[in-house]
Amino acid sequence: MNIRPMGDSALLVETRDSAEAQKLRRVLAAEDIPGLRQLVPGYASLLLAADPLVADLDTLARRLSALLRTPQQAINPRSHEIAVRYAGEDLAAVAAALHMDAEEVVRRHSAPVYEVAFLGFSPGFAYLTGLDPKLQLPRLATPRTRTPEGAVAMAGEFTGIYPQATPGGWQVLGLTTAKLFDATRASPALFAPGDQVRFKVLP
Amino acid sequence: MIQVLEPGLFTTIQDLGRDGLGHLGVPSAGAADAFSLRVGNRLVGNADGGAALEMTAQGVSLRFDTPASFALTGGDVEASLDSQPLPMYQTLHAPAGASLRIGRISAGFRTYLTVGGGLLLPKVLGSASSDTFANLGPAPLAAGMHLPIGPQAEAPGFYLRAPPRFGQTARLRILPGPQEEWFTEGARAVLSSGEYSVLPNSDRTGLRLAGVALSRSRSDELPSMGMVAGAIQVPGSGQPIVLLPNHGTTGGYPVIANVISADLSLLAQLPAGAHIGFSSVTRDAALAALREQEVRLSRDIVAADAGLLAARALMSLAARHASLKQAAVKDGGRHIRIRRG
Repeated sequence: MNIRPMGDSALLVETRDSAEAQKLRRVLAAEDIPGLRQLVPGYASLLLAADPLVADLDTLARRLSALLRTPQQAINPRSHEIAVRYAGEDLAAVAAALHMDAEEVVRRHSAPVYEVAFLGFSPGFAYLTGLDPKLQLPRLATPRTRTPEGAVAMAGEFTGIYPQATPGGWQVLGLTTAKLFDATRASPALFAPGDQVRFKVLP
Repeated sequence: MIQVLEPGLFTTIQDLGRDGLGHLGVPSAGAADAFSLRVGNRLVGNADGGAALEMTAQGVSLRFDTPASFALTGGDVEASLDSQPLPMYQTLHAPAGASLRIGRISAGFRTYLTVGGGLLLPKVLGSASSDTFANLGPAPLAAGMHLPIGPQAEAPGFYLRAPPRFGQTARLRILPGPQEEWFTEGARAVLSSGEYSVLPNSDRTGLRLAGVALSRSRSDELPSMGMVAGAIQVPGSGQPIVLLPNHGTTGGYPVIANVISADLSLLAQLPAGAHIGFSSVTRDAALAALREQEVRLSRDIVAADAGLLAARALMSLAARHASLKQAAVKDGGRHIRIRRG
């Protein structure tokens, strides 16, 4: 576990994988850390941000390895089936770039059971792993200033769904009406790390 | 209740944001210049996190339907209450029916209007901050909106000693970032010696800069990681982006350096076209600067009676008038308009 300072008020803890980052977040969230502001797991890291005049970041950094060995209750991942209309604005271009027809892109994208690695970027945006390696393409060369709410998209090894209309650089394959984030729900984000997600093709 | 007559260019409701939900992808948001917001709230006897107006580049016009105390902090503006010119950085009072007009922000970029009792807007996930990236919280201000204000605590008047001044140039203090070694030695030297200008497409998510491109020594992709305000991200173009509080919670570009916390306020006050440079400091120096900023909040906000506040107001308006006159002389008096009042 490598710990790097991120400015004067945060630590970036590099972890083995996203599961370890999520575990560390749960352990730290259960601790009462004075001045704590944010615990943000990434793909292979956890960002810990705190008020440096209240929290002692050096002492915290030294405790992290021990904390990670704390026994943890297993989490209960949930399964989600998301209905998708595969008519996204990049579908044709993606198919052309991959030298396959659109039907094959849809078949390959809707085949796997994906896993939520972490939530990031915008509220409820889940980075899903398990994408068919044959589908991997870089982000759009020029990001869109607005990707529509419910856009099912992919970039690199990830796929995901835009919970809000935000700027975005992912390749949009389809649209869903599933509500990924709702601030008024008890659990605002539909997906949690570790959850399994399957896409169902709508005709 | 406050009635919005003119909403300004881009005015939002801000408090200290929604911390603690980053793992759900929820940005912190909150005031871009949190120090100015906190000063403004203390001047009207509020807790630091009272909801207030954050104006960008141009001020608002409002009518107070009920009597209220208020204060103006942050970027420098000319303001008047029923045509009486107003000073910044001190407690002010509006009788019921008074109209407040706030002009263009002439130095700095964001001005805060705090009101005794705070603006009472519905909180979303614990905060009334308008998150304009993720569309959470109250919408930006529009003409005709009514802003309810909370019950006002009986508080004396205050002013801030030695208020900050903002300009068109700034030196921001930095610490090495977590991916510093992803960049060439040359890039690190350039960051400390070069000059960057703020681009007009900057917003509450970050300042987009233009200057000498920062070249990378490795070309692999960075796995997405959590971000903080002040992080200097470098995308493929090599032109840095300095994150402000409404940034997305995670990002995939390497961070060459981080602006220290004590300079985040200054960062939020840089308009498009401002020229900035960076200087490296030690972590101890960064923490000392932050501690000094905290001390200033209690040491330099001074209680004062009505007579002292009135005298201070006269002095600060006279000083502004004199500096405007000087500017007018320098400019041959052609382009500077001095408001009556």
